[in-house]
Amino acid sequence: MAKSEVGVGGVGFDRSRREWPSELNVLIALIGIVALFEILGRVVVGDSFLLNTQAGVEGLFNTARLQIIILQVSIVGIIAIGVTQVIISGGIDLSSGSIVGAVAMITMSFAQRALVNGNPNPTEALHNPALLDLPVIVPVVIGIGCGVLAGLVNGSLIAYTRIPPFIATLGMMVSARGLSKWWTKGRPVSFPTDSYTTIGHGVMPVLIFIALAILFQLVLTYTKYGKHCYAIGSNEDAARTSGVNVIGHKVLVYTIAAALAAVAAIVLSSRNLTAQAGMGVQYELDAIAMTVIGGVSLSGGRGTIIGTVLGALIFGVIISGFTFLNLDAYYQEMVKGAIIVGAVVLDQWRQRRGGSK
Amino acid sequence: MSSDLVLKTEGLTKHYGGVHALTEANFELRKGEHVAIMGDNGAGKSTFVRQLTGVEQPTHGKIMLYGKEVSFKGPLEAREAGIETVFQTLALADDLDVPSNVFLGREKFLFKLGPFSILDRKAMRADTVRALERTAVKIPNLGNRIRNMSGGQRQCVAIARTATFASRLIIMDEPTAALGVAETAQVENIVRTLKASGEPLILISHNMRQVFDLCDRIIVFRRGRLVANLRKDKTSGEEVVAYITGAKQSDPEVEKAA
Repeated sequence: MAKSEVGVGGVGFDRSRREWPSELNVLIALIGIVALFEILGRVVVGDSFLLNTQAGVEGLFNTARLQIIILQVSIVGIIAIGVTQVIISGGIDLSSGSIVGAVAMITMSFAQRALVNGNPNPTEALHNPALLDLPVIVPVVIGIGCGVLAGLVNGSLIAYTRIPPFIATLGMMVSARGLSKWWTKGRPVSFPTDSYTTIGHGVMPVLIFIALAILFQLVLTYTKYGKHCYAIGSNEDAARTSGVNVIGHKVLVYTIAAALAAVAAIVLSSRNLTAQAGMGVQYELDAIAMTVIGGVSLSGGRGTIIGTVLGALIFGVIISGFTFLNLDAYYQEMVKGAIIVGAVVLDQWRQRRGGSK
Repeated sequence: MSSDLVLKTEGLTKHYGGVHALTEANFELRKGEHVAIMGDNGAGKSTFVRQLTGVEQPTHGKIMLYGKEVSFKGPLEAREAGIETVFQTLALADDLDVPSNVFLGREKFLFKLGPFSILDRKAMRADTVRALERTAVKIPNLGNRIRNMSGGQRQCVAIARTATFASRLIIMDEPTAALGVAETAQVENIVRTLKASGEPLILISHNMRQVFDLCDRIIVFRRGRLVANLRKDKTSGEEVVAYITGAKQSDPEVEKAA
């Protein structure tokens, strides 16, 4: 229908009236923190944080430090991608760290090599000699399958029994940790096949992290699944009455989150050449912290993967910066805690103001 | 005669335990008709609408939509059958932009891939602009989240949602209760546009002026009963108020065929 006789609707896409994306705030914060370390570095230790000051090394930037910054947050960052979707949908996932532990143990058991330095593999993780030297696809599929299973349990509990996500995933957190200890009665599993160790070798974690981040940013922006994440996190009742399949969506969200935790477990165990029952402890909290710092609202409905990636980088910069300034690791944790709380306070303040800037 | 019948209820009744919230409501709505439902709080008008929109299921009685008997298990089924409702709470997702809200749950796709179907954002934007042009609302940037929009703008988004889809019956539950003067005028204009294009509508309102302005017929609920069915041109504000307060009792024949 054309313009009505009662008036002309002023509907448009006026760029000047567009909202200020919150990711820009995170980016500004990141730049500010880097600048702070740069200044502190010059003053305190007399070195540059970012720029290359070593004689005989080419390049403008200190590439070694930049690589470390990204590398040390990549694995938790993979988890954070999944956690971001959960939090945007209005939920929370506390189980990802324990899922990392359990999946790492199980996966590693199926990635055992037959010979270690010419001798038979001493690990008795699996007592079946037929399960040695398997092609790399077997442990990977088993690992991700275990993650999917854990996520299905999480999602079904939350969607069908309507218990709070906090409780459901807390239960999974405790149980999955128990499973990872039970699997080998507490012993670590080592000696993976050569092909398995390539998964987490060198910059592979970074590449996997970036590829998954791009993929899921596109999914959140351009697919029905992504749109429904925001809708359910924003107003679950409205989504339901509008015809959104809320139950199916929740199962899927937690399944994807746990599957991504499984990917992180595979990359981590491959990189460390070993798996232990205590792997991934507190990863769920670090992942939640990254998403919150990245501007994802804990009350749901808002946030992006780009923000989470920036949040992860802030995390990495702070850890590297403290090491660079020769500060004790204990300070790191304290400051990390303060930053998490600060990010949430900022988010609440922004929401109360109802503002976009 | 019955071919232009949009909605008909026969003996629609709802009991909540021992509370008779709605008793034997007989109601008819014809093509192009705009009917107002009035009544005091707790008179049964919301209960009546909840049965029509599938939010609740009647204790007994029949609902006929375009001559076919229907029974909705949920609001979704009512919507799929063509009954579009603008709820008092609007049912909008504050963090989504306008097109996403208009098409929430009924997205258009470039290609289908289960939950990961790719959205056709251009088509949804174009349709949203078309629907909003009828509402004469000013929204500077449709891509913004609706959280920061005014009550009138949000109301128009909610109404545009019902108008976008080929609906067979629109129900509005106190659409202007929370709005200012200018915004109320805007929403009333939308209702007039819907009237001009012949879309049948049920309006729940407490605003006598609005009801006389916009509707052809006024039905009054009192104590769970449909007590009056008045043509606008044959009644007055005083008479309607008399029915609402119970000063005037219903004709027995009104209850039989409203």
